[in-house]
Amino acid sequence: MIEVKNLTKKFNDFIAVDNLSFSVKKGEIFAFLGPNGAGKTTCIKIFTTLLKPTAGEVFINGINPVENPNKVRKLFGIIFQDQSLDDELTVLENMNFHGVLYGVAKDLRINRIEELLKMVELWERRNELVKNFSGGMKRRLEIARGLLHHPKIIFLDEPTLGLDPQTRNHIWNYIKELNQKKNITVFFTTHYMEEAAKVADRIAIIDKGVITAEGTAAELINITNTNSLEEAFLKLTGKIIREEGEKNIDQLRMQRKLWKR
Amino acid sequence: MEKIKRTIYIIAILWLRQIKRYIRSRTRMLGSLGQPILFLVALGFGFGPIFEKAGGGDYIQFLAPGIIAMTIIFTAIFSGIEVIADKQFGFLKETLVAPVSRYSIMIGRTLGGATVAVVQGIIIFILAVIIGFHPLITLSFPLAFVYMILIALFFTGLGTAIGSVLDDMHAFPLIINFLIMPLFFLSGALFPLKNLSQAINIAAMINPLSYGVDGIRGVLVGQVHFGLLTDFTVLVAFSVFILFLGSYLFSKIKV
Ligand SMILES: Nc1ncnc2c1ncn2[C@@H]1O[C@H](COP(=O)(O)OP(=O)(O)OP(=O)(O)O)[C@@H](O)[C@H]1O
Ligand SMILES: [Mg+2]
Repeated sequence: MIEVKNLTKKFNDFIAVDNLSFSVKKGEIFAFLGPNGAGKTTCIKIFTTLLKPTAGEVFINGINPVENPNKVRKLFGIIFQDQSLDDELTVLENMNFHGVLYGVAKDLRINRIEELLKMVELWERRNELVKNFSGGMKRRLEIARGLLHHPKIIFLDEPTLGLDPQTRNHIWNYIKELNQKKNITVFFTTHYMEEAAKVADRIAIIDKGVITAEGTAAELINITNTNSLEEAFLKLTGKIIREEGEKNIDQLRMQRKLWKR
Repeated sequence: MEKIKRTIYIIAILWLRQIKRYIRSRTRMLGSLGQPILFLVALGFGFGPIFEKAGGGDYIQFLAPGIIAMTIIFTAIFSGIEVIADKQFGFLKETLVAPVSRYSIMIGRTLGGATVAVVQGIIIFILAVIIGFHPLITLSFPLAFVYMILIALFFTGLGTAIGSVLDDMHAFPLIINFLIMPLFFLSGALFPLKNLSQAINIAAMINPLSYGVDGIRGVLVGQVHFGLLTDFTVLVAFSVFILFLGSYLFSKIKV
């Protein structure tokens, strides 16, 4: 379903994605794990026609997003890492806008919007403006919206960041159900190891634009000779949780600057 | 057939979004009416006596069409800032990954922005009538709205074009003022274009706004400089050009 061949993306001289090759089968749930700045979002942007590769090729269901962007756009749904709602519109208006954009027929749209909003527990608040919502509520709405047109592939870039465990459960159950019933391919990134271990059929670990390991959670634990995915990740990337890692580096840099003075 | 219907739906939903945002932000609505009202009242009553002494006739009659045009162009061009806002607040990504042509998105947005601008122009029109403007009510009266729509389209397209290439919301008003103020002052909105120096005349002739002001004034007051047909033709040409340019630049946006 997703075919990546020698994919490279440079921003000026900086190599964000470095000669990457892998594939995701139809109906698979595939997790992309990696520290901050590993190149996960950059890959997703390339798959979803927002960025063009510097070199290499990508095929989504056999179609090249550079050559046929609109054909590829019909196939996927995406939940972006950063916000993408219209704050001045209500929940329902955001959903309807999406439905019309993707040509979801009216009756179907009405039913699905109700079903999805109930799933993310926003149905009661459907007529409220999004701008008054909390971060987690906005996230839930974005997830509901991304699923509205029942795409063949769904890209989720850290979908459950900042959500409470119960909501995360709901959402993953819904996505798994879609995956099983409609054979939807799921490609997601996350920083929650236990989530990846639980949900994904297959996991790729990416660091500095390169895939360092790939396999099921059990396989990754096996090849690294560790006891959990968390430990395997640490062994493969040398980092625990990226946010903390980055912060430490920043702090070290600041300290160095202070010492120099 | 199915495809045309879908395109119309998409344009309509984008149009509707602009309208809803306009209705919901009353401060913006009132704020953008403040300046034209000030111009209308201050200039109208301030310069009126001088203008009349100089033999120009009733100044409000002359000024009102210019101020209506002013309202429209400022509202229209400032709708371009929404492109930048949508980039910054992330909503643009939602439209850019959708399986719809960038041209439909651009057309929907532009029609929405232009509608808002024309509505603002009509509000100023009504206010002008309240403070003493007497428009000619003839068969050609509805033509005034055609000119209003054309300048609204042109300047919304221009705003979108500029918004597409800029990333900085704070730079937008600076650039716009730099661009629009000269266009506005040299458009015949505030003073007649006849008997002016050659340089100003040429500047006015290459200024699309001159034709919009002339068209509106021609219909509502009966004073024309270029001729109504010329006004119409030039405005259509300018608008088509800018819509193509805007669509092109919009389609090149990176998020
Ligand atoms: N438009 C851009 N211009 C320049 N550099 C960029 C651009 N987009 C991304 N990068 C760089 O590319 C690298 C990869 O970024 P990317 O967003 O793909 O990381 P990520 O794996 O999604 O990280 P995170 O876990 O923080 O979301 C980073 O170093 C980033 O600074
Ligand atoms: Mg990312």
